[in-house]
Amino acid sequence: MKIAIKRLLFIIVMLGLWEGIHLANFYPDYIVPSPITVFDTLITGFLQGDLLTALGASFKHLIIGLSLSILIGTLLGVILGKSKQADETAGMYLIALQSIPSIVWVPLAILLFGFGELAVIFVVVVGGTFVMALNVRSAIHSVPPQFLRAAKTMDARGFELFYRVEIPASIPYFIQGIRLAWAFSWRALMAGEFLSNGPGLGYSLSFAQDYARMDQVIGIIIIIGVIGAVVDQLVFSKLERNVMKRWGLLNS
Amino acid sequence: MFLELKDVAKTFTGEKQGAFEVFSDIDLSIEENQFVSILGPSGCGKSTLLAMVAGLESLTEGEMKLEGEQINAPGPDRGMVFQEPSLFPWLNVQENVTFPLKHMYSKADAQKRANDFLKMVHLSRFKEHYTYELSGGMQQRVAIARALAMDPKVLLMDEPFGALDEQTRHILHDELMAIWRETRKTILFVTHSIQEAVKLSDRVVVMGTRPGKIIADYSIDIPRPRHRDHPDVIQYEKQIMSLLEVEINKVLKEELSYENRD
Repeated sequence: MKIAIKRLLFIIVMLGLWEGIHLANFYPDYIVPSPITVFDTLITGFLQGDLLTALGASFKHLIIGLSLSILIGTLLGVILGKSKQADETAGMYLIALQSIPSIVWVPLAILLFGFGELAVIFVVVVGGTFVMALNVRSAIHSVPPQFLRAAKTMDARGFELFYRVEIPASIPYFIQGIRLAWAFSWRALMAGEFLSNGPGLGYSLSFAQDYARMDQVIGIIIIIGVIGAVVDQLVFSKLERNVMKRWGLLNS
Repeated sequence: MFLELKDVAKTFTGEKQGAFEVFSDIDLSIEENQFVSILGPSGCGKSTLLAMVAGLESLTEGEMKLEGEQINAPGPDRGMVFQEPSLFPWLNVQENVTFPLKHMYSKADAQKRANDFLKMVHLSRFKEHYTYELSGGMQQRVAIARALAMDPKVLLMDEPFGALDEQTRHILHDELMAIWRETRKTILFVTHSIQEAVKLSDRVVVMGTRPGKIIADYSIDIPRPRHRDHPDVIQYEKQIMSLLEVEINKVLKEELSYENRD
């Protein structure tokens, strides 16, 4: 059987089960709404523009935050990757910072910037920066010494060695870093928006919770899941595979 | 003398094991346009010696001179071909060959030059390809073209065909001979294959081990192309083999005695 058909069947069965539980009336409608209601809510949300506004706001936060975290993370990563001194001094703290769940930064951001968009962007930046920095650091550390030796015999040295060999050689890990930064930022974004005063998908979610709109809650969760999967599969997976192949890091 | 190595020694100082002498008192004079092989068992330091000529390793003692000029850093007068693939995967074949030419030629001239040398290794058809699309033998041919394109005074080759299969290796031997006839480059070729050294070289320098030193120096005056079955070829191979057996046994004995110590 084709993979696409298997996947389609699976989702149909799951929706069937869901509808079955809904029809059995074990739970009231506001706890288990019908999938049809959820679908309806999504359509109305898009048609009336509420969801589009929220989506637009979320993407704005994400793009600003992710760009900043890639920029800052790369800068930090290059410093730690190139300077043994800096790495020994601060490298360990970076790992510690990276392991802090991004929602932990939300109270700090709210106290610093209030409940507005700035706080959300701050959380997104913090969410992506450290993982980006760590990946750029290992990207630089994993440049094959063989490339550097070969380049030196061809009269490349100093800064030229850095930008003609080290940067291109570390691109596969750099892209992995961006992919991870995106994943971390996306999670951080939802946490930040959930506790903010909107707009954004996360805010819409908390709004729906306040009004006990399970159909909206599930609908927004579906949107969040679909966006995550689509961006990861269509953008980053493909990009990473192509680069890995070119760089000879893929065995196929 | 063209390339001169005088009293060269290399000692690695590890943090744990202390100093380890790889070789000492290496004296070697190499004439221009010669094809010289450095042959020895693994661990004799032949690759380290070559890396020192390339300027990639420092000298613990002694000095090296190329046309009277002291060697102390890598330079475009010494091109190198490594055993491990060292082409840049983010560049296509032509861009790899033009890599060292950036400061020497205009873009158009560099491309023309790269094409000429790719023709020499019969790969001009593949100039738009990336390394992952090439076989190991093709990659090494590109690496040779890249080193030659800089027009170095010496071509240094560190077991360049060591990772290739037998068939490809023989084809590349013939190709290297043709290139050498055409360019008349001085070639310093490191190998552990006696057959390879005798087949290709004007001169075979044999290194012993523990500590590394030069134990023999043969001039191979068999007319080219050399055939494997030629009695003189077999004669040289036998002679060098018996010499190296002593060296290899020495290493084995030392390793065994270390295992059996009390």
